[in-house]
Amino acid sequence: MTFEKFIFYVFAAILVFAAVRVITVRNPVHAALHLVLAFFTTAGLWLLLEAEFLAITLVLVYVGAVMVLFLFVIMMLDVNVAPLKEGFARYLPVALPVAILMLVEMVLVVGSHYFSDERMPAPERHGADYSNTRELGSVLYTDYVYPFEIAAVILLVAIVAAISLTLRRRPDTKYLNPADQVKVRREDRVRVIKMDSESRE
Amino acid sequence: MAFVSQAVDRVFKMNVEMMGLQLLLPEIFVLTMACIVLVLDLFLHDRNRVVTYGLSQLTLFGALALVIALADGDSHTAMFGTYVADPMASLAKAFVMLVVFAVFLYSKDYLRQRDLFKGEYYVLGLFGVLGMMVMISAHSYLTLYLGLELLSLSLYAMVAFHRDSGVASEAAMKYFVLGALASGMLLYGMSLIYGITGSLNIAEVAASIGAMAELELALIFALSFVVLGLAFKLGAVPFHMWIPDVYHGAPTCVTLFIGSAPKIAAFAMAMRLLAESLGGVQADWGGMLAILAVLSLAVGNVIAIAQANLKRMLAYSTISHVGFLLLGILSGTVEGYASALFYAITYAIMAAAAFGMIILLSRTGFEADTLEDFKGLNARSPWHAFLMLLVMFSMAGVPPTVGFYAKLAVIQAVVGVDLLWLALVAVFFSIIGAFYYLRVVKLMYFDEPLDSQPLEYGTDMHVAISVNGLAILLLGLFPGALMSACMAAMGL
Repeated sequence: MTFEKFIFYVFAAILVFAAVRVITVRNPVHAALHLVLAFFTTAGLWLLLEAEFLAITLVLVYVGAVMVLFLFVIMMLDVNVAPLKEGFARYLPVALPVAILMLVEMVLVVGSHYFSDERMPAPERHGADYSNTRELGSVLYTDYVYPFEIAAVILLVAIVAAISLTLRRRPDTKYLNPADQVKVRREDRVRVIKMDSESRE
Repeated sequence: MAFVSQAVDRVFKMNVEMMGLQLLLPEIFVLTMACIVLVLDLFLHDRNRVVTYGLSQLTLFGALALVIALADGDSHTAMFGTYVADPMASLAKAFVMLVVFAVFLYSKDYLRQRDLFKGEYYVLGLFGVLGMMVMISAHSYLTLYLGLELLSLSLYAMVAFHRDSGVASEAAMKYFVLGALASGMLLYGMSLIYGITGSLNIAEVAASIGAMAELELALIFALSFVVLGLAFKLGAVPFHMWIPDVYHGAPTCVTLFIGSAPKIAAFAMAMRLLAESLGGVQADWGGMLAILAVLSLAVGNVIAIAQANLKRMLAYSTISHVGFLLLGILSGTVEGYASALFYAITYAIMAAAAFGMIILLSRTGFEADTLEDFKGLNARSPWHAFLMLLVMFSMAGVPPTVGFYAKLAVIQAVVGVDLLWLALVAVFFSIIGAFYYLRVVKLMYFDEPLDSQPLEYGTDMHVAISVNGLAILLLGLFPGALMSACMAAMGL
């Protein structure tokens, strides 16, 4: 076993462990943290495949931004986990055989035969001066520029949809306009009333 | 300075020609206008909202003009083989524009009466149109999928658009979850095909399958996922569960949008995926589609009989029409494809008119979406009763309306490939289906009206729905022009 293979198996084992923990732990915060571990290990595997740009993006975008937001949401929502787990044991006797059967069927059909080494030979190794980022950039803005632009439009639609579905103008909020506050004069707020002093009687 | 501008000019021209940007002009126009409408709408006061509406209609009109101007009867690919402009794309896009034009027009008063006349409906609608255009012109699995997602995402938001309605939120949730599942299935099938053929380009996939000595089991496995994803999106039985709930729950103007133009885009997607890229395994997907078609015809027509809500009834009727659409595609011949395209276009026109009539009968605080609301329509407005009669006759397939001709063409195509039993099944269930369409006609002409309020509608609505209804009759009397356009679109 080469050193590279050894690293691969270590990372793969951690990945499978983390992925299983994501769906088995009871505490949603723990699940999210295991998902972070899964992403991080996947990034390591991608580095072995010479996809260093994607690996770094995965860590930066998913671990750094998406999962942190996710944790915030979980902590704010205060999800009651008990009802989510109900029926797990009850459905397991049916669900497990079905899942295993589907897995076996898929392995039989897709199998290792169609995607074996001789049909899909491993790509050649690149030299040290090969830049994954440059290659991605060069196809992203040439061959794939049209799908890339459509993906941008999809994100725009997602923003429009999210805002139009959640933005509510509430009339009862106490909103202060700073410009109006600055322009306030003494006369608007204080009224000095002259009162005659009254006699003691 | 002159030198610089010349050089810039040359580089620009080279780029435009190399990437085929001039072919994408309709898409670029719609996207630009959608963004302009989106920003402009922010600065409009509620009473000037009609500007948003006018600009959206203008966009569709401009895009239609561009599509027609660019159609030259040839097939061109652009953007490094991810985009194709061919006669089928031009025809389908032109009808998408026309149908959405009618949809926007019908929706205007409905939205205004319900205090929903906001820019989002039109902006999301325009983005949906862009998604349909991308799907129709896709020449790569990647663009096909992205176009589908762009359309679906706009539709999910439009269904949930009436935020205070619980039914609409429920419908949107169901639509979103099932739609995401279907997209996942489709993507899984596409990725397997990518693994087998090594390409996402539709022409390259077709060539790679054609070069195979023997067909691989894995390819059929991938195909079944693709067909499943397609069936979900089309709403063919047994993947139809979302259709009645979404059609019923969504605001009627959104149901009108979902039920009409996207059917043309879905047909184009089925053509690109099945006929153009997986034509080599036609025998396999033909069998799968036959099962879906028979089930859709049976379930759609039989369950529609039990519906008291017109929107739900039309939802089940959609399912049965999808069955017919699949019949045309599964024949695998050019005549079959042309008849299915004809069917998709005429169905979109019929659906626009049917949901348009529900909108016409509705008014502030009242939804005319049950069968009861159509009772005695003849006594209240003979002209609108006649238009609804045309729509119902056309959906049932009664001559001389266009629905009859569309069904005839599909059945001819099926008989042409010696699938007589399928033709018989289709005719049998059409006869069952005629019952619930004719029941609406009976309610309109022979029952007493329950509701004596006069109909409220604007002149534009009146003119548009009259044109739409009469188009059903005229296309039925003179189907030749559209049929030959469909034939030409399929290269015949």
